[in-house]
Amino acid sequence: MATKNRVKMLFPSNSENVGIARIVAAAFAAQVDLTLSDLEEIKVAVSEAVSNAVIHGYGDNAGEIEFEMTLDTDSLEFIVTDSGKGIADIALARQPSYSSDPERMGLGFVFMESFMDRLIVESEVGRGTTVKMLKKYCIDQKH
Amino acid sequence: MNISTLNKQGVLIVRVEGELDMHVADEFRHTVDDALDSCGAKHMLLNLKGVTFIDSSGLGVILGRYKKISALGGKMNAANVRPQVARIFECSGLLRIIRLCASESEALESL
Repeated sequence: MATKNRVKMLFPSNSENVGIARIVAAAFAAQVDLTLSDLEEIKVAVSEAVSNAVIHGYGDNAGEIEFEMTLDTDSLEFIVTDSGKGIADIALARQPSYSSDPERMGLGFVFMESFMDRLIVESEVGRGTTVKMLKKYCIDQKH
Repeated sequence: MNISTLNKQGVLIVRVEGELDMHVADEFRHTVDDALDSCGAKHMLLNLKGVTFIDSSGLGVILGRYKKISALGGKMNAANVRPQVARIFECSGLLRIIRLCASESEALESL
């Protein structure tokens, strides 16, 4: 898998930046021939990952979020890293309907998992969380 | 996000435009809850014609309002939902409790 392009962003954990990150992700993904529905799925998954970093990673304490996008020959990778409080039990957090807040649906990881082809979550309490999402694309789709 | 509310025959009509995510979830919640508290409507109709994006934060704040009105016997439906937004609704399971309608008038009739 040769890397064809890579963009890395660093931004503070403001809620405004959730929208900016997903728009940039869609623009990055548009380098390859994806369907509108694939692009929409990428936007939702990125929105969930960055929202998690803002809400759960940092909460009331502002911090920096790193967002890295890589284009390979057959896949797009999106990596969201925060240096927030981390997740104690990743398996539990990834379960549907798991949420620390009644106003939330607990669907963040579910959407990331169902809209991407691979989801890897690495976390250490007190150190932060890294979410890696991979979306495969078919080269044959290119016209 | 732009949001406006209107009370029509006991139904709170909420018209939303823009992207429904965590950035606007608090504003959505406050605006709708204030309107519900002041007009005393039983049912709610969400007109999502201008909503171009929704994620789980947006769905969560809608679910929160649904819980509020359903606790008092009210129903909620949504009109003019764009296909990409409808798909996220479907994935979330919210369509089991919120009915999608083609137009505001159809949605009003079904409440």
